[in-house]
Amino acid sequence: MQSRRDFIKIMALGTGALALSGGLFAFMDPKREDGRPVVALDYKTATYCEICFWKCAGWAYKTEKGELWKIVGNDDDQHSNGRFCPRGTGGVGMYNDPNRLKKPMIRVEERGKQVFREVSWAEALDYTAKKLSGISAKYGPEAIALFTHGSGGKYFGDLLKAMGSTNITQPSYAQCRGPRDAAFLATFGEQPDSPEVTDLRDTKCLVLIGSHIGENMHNGQVQEMSDAIDKKATIITVDPRFSTAASKSKYWLPIKPSTDLALLLAWIHEIINNEYYDRKYVETYTTGLEQLKEHVKNFTPEWAYGITTIEPDVIRQTAKEMSNAKPAVIIHPGRHVTWYGDDTQRERAIAILNALLGSWGRRGGFYRPSKKTVPSYPHPEYPEPKTTWKDWFPGQYPLADNPVSNAFVDASIPTKERDAFLKAWIVNGTNLIFTIPDQAHTLEAIQALELLVVVDTMPMEITGWADVILPECTYLERYDSLRDSPHRKPAIALRMPAMEPAYETKPAYWMARELAKRLNVGEYFHFEDQADLLDWQLKKMGSSLEELKKKGVITWDREEDDLFFANGEKIEFPTNSGKIELYSSAMEQAGFDPMPKYTAHEEPPSGFYRLIYGRAPMHTFSRTANNPNLTDLMDENVLWVNPKVAKEWGLKNNDPVFLKNQDGIQSDFAIKVRVTERIRWDSVYMVHGFGHKQKQLERCFGKGVSDTQLITKVKIDPVMGGTGMRGNFVTFIPQVLA
Amino acid sequence: MRYAMAIDTKKCVGCSDCVVACQTENNVPIGYCRDWIVEETNGTYPQLEMELRSERCNHCANAPCVRCCPTGASHIVEGGIVLVTQNDCIGCGACIASCPYDARYPYPDGYVDKCTFCYHRVKKGEKPACVEVCPTKCLYFGDLDDANSEVSVILKKRKYKTLIPEAGTDPQLYFLI
Repeated sequence: MQSRRDFIKIMALGTGALALSGGLFAFMDPKREDGRPVVALDYKTATYCEICFWKCAGWAYKTEKGELWKIVGNDDDQHSNGRFCPRGTGGVGMYNDPNRLKKPMIRVEERGKQVFREVSWAEALDYTAKKLSGISAKYGPEAIALFTHGSGGKYFGDLLKAMGSTNITQPSYAQCRGPRDAAFLATFGEQPDSPEVTDLRDTKCLVLIGSHIGENMHNGQVQEMSDAIDKKATIITVDPRFSTAASKSKYWLPIKPSTDLALLLAWIHEIINNEYYDRKYVETYTTGLEQLKEHVKNFTPEWAYGITTIEPDVIRQTAKEMSNAKPAVIIHPGRHVTWYGDDTQRERAIAILNALLGSWGRRGGFYRPSKKTVPSYPHPEYPEPKTTWKDWFPGQYPLADNPVSNAFVDASIPTKERDAFLKAWIVNGTNLIFTIPDQAHTLEAIQALELLVVVDTMPMEITGWADVILPECTYLERYDSLRDSPHRKPAIALRMPAMEPAYETKPAYWMARELAKRLNVGEYFHFEDQADLLDWQLKKMGSSLEELKKKGVITWDREEDDLFFANGEKIEFPTNSGKIELYSSAMEQAGFDPMPKYTAHEEPPSGFYRLIYGRAPMHTFSRTANNPNLTDLMDENVLWVNPKVAKEWGLKNNDPVFLKNQDGIQSDFAIKVRVTERIRWDSVYMVHGFGHKQKQLERCFGKGVSDTQLITKVKIDPVMGGTGMRGNFVTFIPQVLA
Repeated sequence: MRYAMAIDTKKCVGCSDCVVACQTENNVPIGYCRDWIVEETNGTYPQLEMELRSERCNHCANAPCVRCCPTGASHIVEGGIVLVTQNDCIGCGACIASCPYDARYPYPDGYVDKCTFCYHRVKKGEKPACVEVCPTKCLYFGDLDDANSEVSVILKKRKYKTLIPEAGTDPQLYFLI
């Protein structure tokens, strides 16, 4: 956050010198009336944002001189409603960052030593294609995997499919939202989706379990939570930290970390025992109430009090609040929910609460999304892969409906019994070193690979381990697939280049197509120019590229008035029973508890504190850490320490400390202490995504500490493979100043 | 006409979008800002309360920065907006010292810069960039002399405070509480 104090210091230092040169420069540039550029107003280009996965549609404006000026939201877009978040507004910094990857590079010394030579695109592509083709011939195309968290990944995915591999994974599943998706699938047969189908703007009661909306800047969610505040909705926030959302809440439940499931079970107990649930809805749509009633009969508020430290009366009162608001109540599924390894079960409890209160499919609860299907471009049938990731470890993670990235890491490490299943990775737009916990394990996998290709815009840590680096242009310099995410109304959005690709960067579509040609699968990429492809798709949908360039977004009305369940509507849910399953047959069949049970998790040893991490509204993971506009808002993370703890350790605000975790791993850098009442005494908190050790990231190098580095103990969720990361504990090593 | 802004502290999440939108709209160089976020926490865990607010120049009706400016660079235009004429500013810093809100900073080119309520936009009937971008819609802007303007309407409905009223500058930022 911007600290005014810093600016005052700058002023005090600068004033004397400025008085001497005062105004001189201003005279030299008479154009700059308000210090702002002169602009031709029609100079705007349709885009949708790539700074996070929300993908808000907007307009990139340029100055008369053709310089990138600002990016603002598209009023017709449901994701942004014309308002970009700070990261999207600061998207100009992604284009302007002088540390961007500029030229293709090939490694010359051993992997990880970071000695590269700059090469031509032809050489980089020839080299990559030759390696991929060799690996495919020797081990089969299934030995090639893609890790992606960016729009460009679509084309590398298509390349893999054309070659015969479907091993395509996104860390956003097993390192983030996977448990909630698996739990909601097991309960409703449907997922909360992205953007989440939460009808926040009309909710009467919003319950956040560790979810810090407002600090996680998922634009539509933040906007609608604000609408809910305007409409006097009751907000209940469960968090060991006094989050921004907690400060907006009627009830803040400062829970003992790792005990959320006990609280959720006590709420279920209260709601069933007091018959607070939506009787008609539960009778019509759900199955398993009797078993659930029996299951939770001992989970009283008093029982939960001993575990969670939340007073029984507060548990009762908040359960009543939810009941009063039903069905316009949202127990929010959250997004980053890979915490303790029993996360699918915790999310099941959340899903069950929503089901009991009848909020799924109801106004103020969860709506039914609608989407427009964009025709896929013409290509020959993809070959059937001989094996998929599911074959590597039979029976593992049975309810994972998405490829599990950490299983890809495991599959890349050979054992005594078997060779590695994967021999080559293509990594697009995801800094795996900061994404997947247990860095040593990830590096072991990387060192066993025969090829690592990294496609990125920035020299993130992962590029340092690459054999080939392919510099991608930013979203402001390229076309991409039409955005067709589901929402209240079906809509599509266009991204087109506002600027020419800077340096020697290229769009992912071009790279994938060039590789495809070299790998003799060029026929899968019919269109040379992506603009022609988009125009072809849009014409099939009754529009055109010309129209989208003018509008940026097209939104259609829903075909039917079915945003919410109609009164008495007959619904067949896509579960085993066709009902909402309070008692999950899918979980039972897979060998897991059909109803969630609380299990106690490990607690910090003496002198250690639970490491909790989260998001700041001006950053997206580690990917924005070097963005000039966004580092200007926040250029390092700090360590939140409760005053009692600070006193015990003799720590003051801004004291730099190194951290050491339970496994003896010490942070690469020091982090400044922030002494604050906003964090519990048994935990410390930091924002994720800092502590970069890649020197080419000049602005963020060495600033703050990487939480991922300290997350070496990983609790895997056996249901879907999620990597539980909140069971790590740290202690302080105060920095000795020379 | 009397332009003013209301800031709803109950909705502001302190995301700094107003800061970066102002920076890009007004070409404020990296390292400087015309608006900023203040976080104020009170209490002891777990009895806590917190206020977040977006601050900027208060466009005071009784503006000390205008009174103390030796060249007349700092002046008040239509609607009470306090502006600095860059070419008349000698960068002496008297206004910076006189402002109780620390709202001014020296632009690297040598003149003093601050929030203009996006006068260039307001003249065209648009809202300031910060108001238009705010994801929580916690910023309200308009003419206090117009009883139907969104700022007049919200100030009639809600309790509010001003910052450092004892300075007697008649500030025109109203914080909804």
